[in-house]
Amino acid sequence: MTTLSERILGAPAGSYVDCSVDRCYVHDGTGVLTLDAYKAMQAGRIARKDQTYVLFDHIVPANNSVTAGLQAELRRFAREQGLPFTDIGEGICHQVMGEGIALPGEIIVGADSHTCTLGAFGAFATGVGATDMAAIWADGGTWFRVPETIGIFFSGSLKEPAEAKDLALTYVSRLSMDGATYKALEFLGDGVQALSMDSRMTLANLAVETGAKAGLFYADRTTCSYLRDFGHSVSPQIPDETSYQQSLEIDMSDIIPVVAVPPRVDTIRPVEALEGLPLDQVFVGTCTNGRYSDLERFARIVRGKKVRVRTLVAPASRRVLARASVTGVLSWLVEAGCTILPPGCGPCLGAHQGVLGEGEVCLSTANRNFRNRMGVGGEIYLASPATAAASALAGALAVPEVPR
Amino acid sequence: MKVEGPAVCLGADIDTDIIIAGRYLRTKDRSVWATHVFEDMDPALALRLRGTVIVAGKNFGCGSSREQAAIALREAGVRCVIAPSFARIFFRNAINTGLPVMECECPCMEGKEVVADPASGRIEIGDQVFFARPLSPRMLEILSAGGLVEYWRKKR
Repeated sequence: MTTLSERILGAPAGSYVDCSVDRCYVHDGTGVLTLDAYKAMQAGRIARKDQTYVLFDHIVPANNSVTAGLQAELRRFAREQGLPFTDIGEGICHQVMGEGIALPGEIIVGADSHTCTLGAFGAFATGVGATDMAAIWADGGTWFRVPETIGIFFSGSLKEPAEAKDLALTYVSRLSMDGATYKALEFLGDGVQALSMDSRMTLANLAVETGAKAGLFYADRTTCSYLRDFGHSVSPQIPDETSYQQSLEIDMSDIIPVVAVPPRVDTIRPVEALEGLPLDQVFVGTCTNGRYSDLERFARIVRGKKVRVRTLVAPASRRVLARASVTGVLSWLVEAGCTILPPGCGPCLGAHQGVLGEGEVCLSTANRNFRNRMGVGGEIYLASPATAAASALAGALAVPEVPR
Repeated sequence: MKVEGPAVCLGADIDTDIIIAGRYLRTKDRSVWATHVFEDMDPALALRLRGTVIVAGKNFGCGSSREQAAIALREAGVRCVIAPSFARIFFRNAINTGLPVMECECPCMEGKEVVADPASGRIEIGDQVFFARPLSPRMLEILSAGGLVEYWRKKR
């Protein structure tokens, strides 16, 4: 009787295991350091080229000549080695991996903390640093400590305008920023089956904000049907009867729109309590909330109206952007006054494309509101795309209306 | 591999954005990270870190996986970081880049001499003695090699 992490890693919680890695990936940020460490190791050839991905997303296109030079070196290496590679504009690494690459039961390691996003597919997916990744390039495997697991049991169903992001921020606040350090989260309960893959990715994405190593959903009919569209035939994973180190129960019908107030992801307030807070910028996108359904929800609210604050929208991938351009979502955004950024991480990490000025306030659909992250002296409130849409229209924090 | 130095006290939940801001990541010049370490928290701190031992609150190094955070501390001259708990990616990054880290809840007195031994877990602060959770033999081997790169090169 095991947790999903124990099942995939093949050993009970607390054990140290050496595992081969099914897929590993770096982006243009961590890839540069990984390549340096890999060269310094003088380790010879990359162990598993077909499973070693290089995905550009962090500062795309390059913002200055230093970045451009570093990216050129990594791009050249990826091409010379024949690694699976996606260049600027293809999308955020976790999203690209979630578009028919990550599969249930796999061990996936990314050189980015939000690799846990792929737990949505029933994979054991976790982030590592650059040097750890270099050793995986060289060796094809790494060591893990099999984590203890916190079971998060969802019941009921979300009531609009609350959505997966509100549920995610709520569980983070219940666990706190280090409540799951060294552990894994498993999302279970009757409420799970109604959650779309996009929603599951949002929920798994925030696992690392509790310190968790991974956040896993069991693959079910929704997972199988999503992956079938990408040509994969996979089976559901059936949860064992097992005991969890800790359990958290959340009735989804109690969830209301919330914001995480700076500078902590685990400090949430009802949007209603802060309604009217003036904003300087709204940002919609990232590995948390830049998927098609997120853009569509946002666009339906702003459609035919004008945003009253500068509003940046970064689709999570080219696939998302392409779909938005076919369905009309893209033109609704443009006509409402939004600025469209290329697929990628956008201004989330404060390096380009929407850095905040001193004293400015941003409402963001991302996952981190740490002090100065998006610019020195700027403040970040985290919320759902629906809250972001209502707020963009108001120019200030606003509760989304229940759609008719 | 005993390390010693005066304590620098820091709070809980120190995130890697605060250790080294995103705007400084795109370079290979490690001295840039050492110069700007903790800049957004206290711009004067970077100059005071050489030869010190950081004694921090829980969940040190949370947030982004950026390895530059561990490298910045090491390059700035920090000899060891002691905290009741670390975010796991930072913890691995520190070991992998040769920065000793020790999990221990101990009081911090700014400037007071700390003597710490990652191999035994023993930490002395003045006449008080504390014990950290011991590191595994493999972790110690990586640390004493100076990091995972050097460990790999030795293995070859």
